[in-house]
Amino acid sequence: MTSTETRTMSLTLRIWRQRDATKKGKMVTYHVTDVSPDMSFLEMLDVLNEKLILDGDDPVAFDHDCREGICGSCGLMINGIAHGPEQATVCQLHMRSFSDGDVLDIEPWRSGGFPVVKDLAVDRSAFDRIISAGGFISVPTGTAPDAHAVPVPKKDSDAAFDAATCIGCGACVAACPNGSAMLFTAAKVAHLGLLPQGQPERDARVLKMVGQQDAEDFGGCSNIGECSAVCPKGISMETISRLNHDLLGALRAGAVPTS
Amino acid sequence: MPLELFTVGEPIADTKAPRDVPIKDRWNERRFRARLVNPANRRRLSVIVVGTGLAGGSAAATLAEAGYRVKNFWFQDSPRRAHSVAAQGGINAAKNYRNDGDSVHRLFYDTVKGGDFRSREDNVHRLAEVSTAIIDQCVAQGVPFAREYGGLLDNRSFGGAQVSRTFYARGQTGQQLLYGAYQALERQIGLGNVEQHPRTEMLDLIVVDGRARGIVVRHLITGEITSHMADVVVLASGGYSNVFYLSTNAKGSNVTAAWRAHKRGALFANPCYTQIHPTCIPVSGDYQSKLTLMSESLRNDGRVWVPKERGDTRDPREIPEDERDYYLERIYPAFGNLVPRDIASRQAKNVCDEGRGVGPNGLGVYLDFSDSIQRLGRKAIEAKYGNLFDMYNRITGEDAYETGMRIYPAVHYTMGGLWVDYDLQSTIPGLFVIGEANFSDHGANRLGASALMQGLADGYFVLPNTINDYLADGPFEKVDATHPAVVEAEQAVKTQTEKLLSINGTRTVASFHRELGKLMWDLCGMERSEESLRKALDRIPEIRQEFWTNVKVSGEQGIFNQNLEHAGRVADFIELAELMCVDALHRNESCGGHFRAESQTPEGEALRDDENFAYVAAWEYTPENVPPVLHREALEYEYVHLAQRSYK
Repeated sequence: MTSTETRTMSLTLRIWRQRDATKKGKMVTYHVTDVSPDMSFLEMLDVLNEKLILDGDDPVAFDHDCREGICGSCGLMINGIAHGPEQATVCQLHMRSFSDGDVLDIEPWRSGGFPVVKDLAVDRSAFDRIISAGGFISVPTGTAPDAHAVPVPKKDSDAAFDAATCIGCGACVAACPNGSAMLFTAAKVAHLGLLPQGQPERDARVLKMVGQQDAEDFGGCSNIGECSAVCPKGISMETISRLNHDLLGALRAGAVPTS
Repeated sequence: MPLELFTVGEPIADTKAPRDVPIKDRWNERRFRARLVNPANRRRLSVIVVGTGLAGGSAAATLAEAGYRVKNFWFQDSPRRAHSVAAQGGINAAKNYRNDGDSVHRLFYDTVKGGDFRSREDNVHRLAEVSTAIIDQCVAQGVPFAREYGGLLDNRSFGGAQVSRTFYARGQTGQQLLYGAYQALERQIGLGNVEQHPRTEMLDLIVVDGRARGIVVRHLITGEITSHMADVVVLASGGYSNVFYLSTNAKGSNVTAAWRAHKRGALFANPCYTQIHPTCIPVSGDYQSKLTLMSESLRNDGRVWVPKERGDTRDPREIPEDERDYYLERIYPAFGNLVPRDIASRQAKNVCDEGRGVGPNGLGVYLDFSDSIQRLGRKAIEAKYGNLFDMYNRITGEDAYETGMRIYPAVHYTMGGLWVDYDLQSTIPGLFVIGEANFSDHGANRLGASALMQGLADGYFVLPNTINDYLADGPFEKVDATHPAVVEAEQAVKTQTEKLLSINGTRTVASFHRELGKLMWDLCGMERSEESLRKALDRIPEIRQEFWTNVKVSGEQGIFNQNLEHAGRVADFIELAELMCVDALHRNESCGGHFRAESQTPEGEALRDDENFAYVAAWEYTPENVPPVLHREALEYEYVHLAQRSYK
């Protein structure tokens, strides 16, 4: 019943090292031994970092926080795949997914929209700016009617929930050959657009969010689908269809985003 | 109690709750008596908010909506990542949508009782009152709570409650509530009403003429240390479970902001009140960096058991019914698997101490869903808990639909925190503390689904009303960077940072953190005794001494240096740990999550001592080697009569 096995692994890691946004980076090779299959990928990096610190070397910087797959802080390219092979955040990826002797290339998210901060950490503030542009329902505290004032059909509520689970990790952008943030933007457009509360601002929202996305250094969406394939929350391509539907509707209606 | 551990100072009391009116009218009355700030004047008043979780995010957004100039600071890259995001189970509200006898008074009563009569009645009653408005607010923001086919909101019973008052969004309630607050905050950022400071850590509080006027921060990318001023400072910096190293908190969660405020004079209340959550995934190895919670909503459909025989290592599916001990159902027939967290946790420890624990190291019990799957079908269980089963599978490699889960208690929440009055103001005028960072609402044990309620109550509805009364005296005299208090605080931060980098010893920060955490878990965890606590108090100063002479912190100050961040946090955890042990030692009673071996009933249940300990222990900071000063706030129970908790 227990998955604890005694076998341990030795791995070769080739990790992107970059001192800060202004310096050039390069891949550096490290060897790790005694890796337990029950370790998470980040715990494996913790062990490497403790060794680097004791050796007087600079530990590898990477963003992480909750380590239970929900905060969206962590994210790495592992052998070219965003978050690695399991379609889960790297904190939820365990070393049992790898084999003794594997060589792993570990890189930060690769996108013009996400400049490198240091090593494997990147700046994803563009995502916050997209939300800030319109990813909300305007309801100042205290103005809300009773929660049961507007029933929401369960299927709409469930679909909205599915879109709302996006954790803003950025894997979609990293995986996209165009570096597009469309899945991220679409998830929020779909979440709020599916709910009755989200209707009054629906046209303006999609215009403003797409406008902000275009203003950042993201590429355009050409419906390749790599984004959804790596999304740890399984946000579906259908959200992008919804966004396009809403965008066309808003443009046809001649809606003008107001600030 | 030997005197050298602490000294006793003046008693302390809340003076803001209007006790001359009945409890149900006090919040209304307080709002009426509190002075207001003219909307036109609010633009001239600035507020610093530290943190963007449910409390900080909702407060920053709401204060900005009200017209104040808000400066918001957080250490993650985005406000959406605050650890509230990880709360799974739900949020309580006295809506009585189920017509099952719930009311504001019942939620108040349950929360005071659940807190084992160590919380303040006035604050808890207000919490229950505003609970309903929170749900309205969140639904209006688009929070996708679970709904029924008729389109109305679903509710469930949760964490020991006998009414169904918990609203939830699958197993991701905290995430969805946080995104509601985050989106409201981002809207205010977009409108220019909130100045944002991401990746910025508060390292000191600036107090000028007795008022909190600003903070010293380090920018985590550039290493730059700067000061920021305002008319008032709000801490929403969360709890301190990571003093135990292994906890369900995020790796970055820390006590530093609260602790530095404590060192500047804010009293720290009930530090030993920590909550041990019964349903976490057991530890698998030494490299383990954190523990993962499985929402206790699972206890609604799962049955907890261990083998009757010690050392039974058979596959759980091969252990027949009559060789299983469903110990919670056996000991607590009325509540069964739904007993409050502290009781479920302690009983899990007891059966494991008896040698009946399961899993690789014997520190685990089964949470078994086979009955529910048989009764409701696997699909129904998947719909309710699918993400939790998936998470369990990813971490352990096991299919819990088949084998059940193995669970073990882990530190999850801290009820203690900075002392605040009814207005949520600390003992430093102008320093308000909200959410988990304060102490007031959960007593010695927090009921399930009430942390989210408290965070949002404080941020959306309480603080935005009470802070006006303080700000009505403002704007305060301008303080600039050359003020001696600012220069001194900034210099203190720089000195500590330089010191940490210069020691260059032989042990890593993480090794100190692990040692401290294990010591706290073993000696000041689920069960404590005078002996264990004295042992801890002997050892902690040694750890502190060794830390400051032998830690090895890598890198430099002027870059993104996560090791340096961790070092500063661990330094504070070491100091906090000592105060926690003093607090635990002086409180010679069992209450809530704090089980004192010397204080138990003949049946081994926790035994409170109301005669001697019905008070809040608010501690005053003293320099190293000077014992801390205890200020007592007497707790009076006018409406909920003191009674020994019984869940049998």
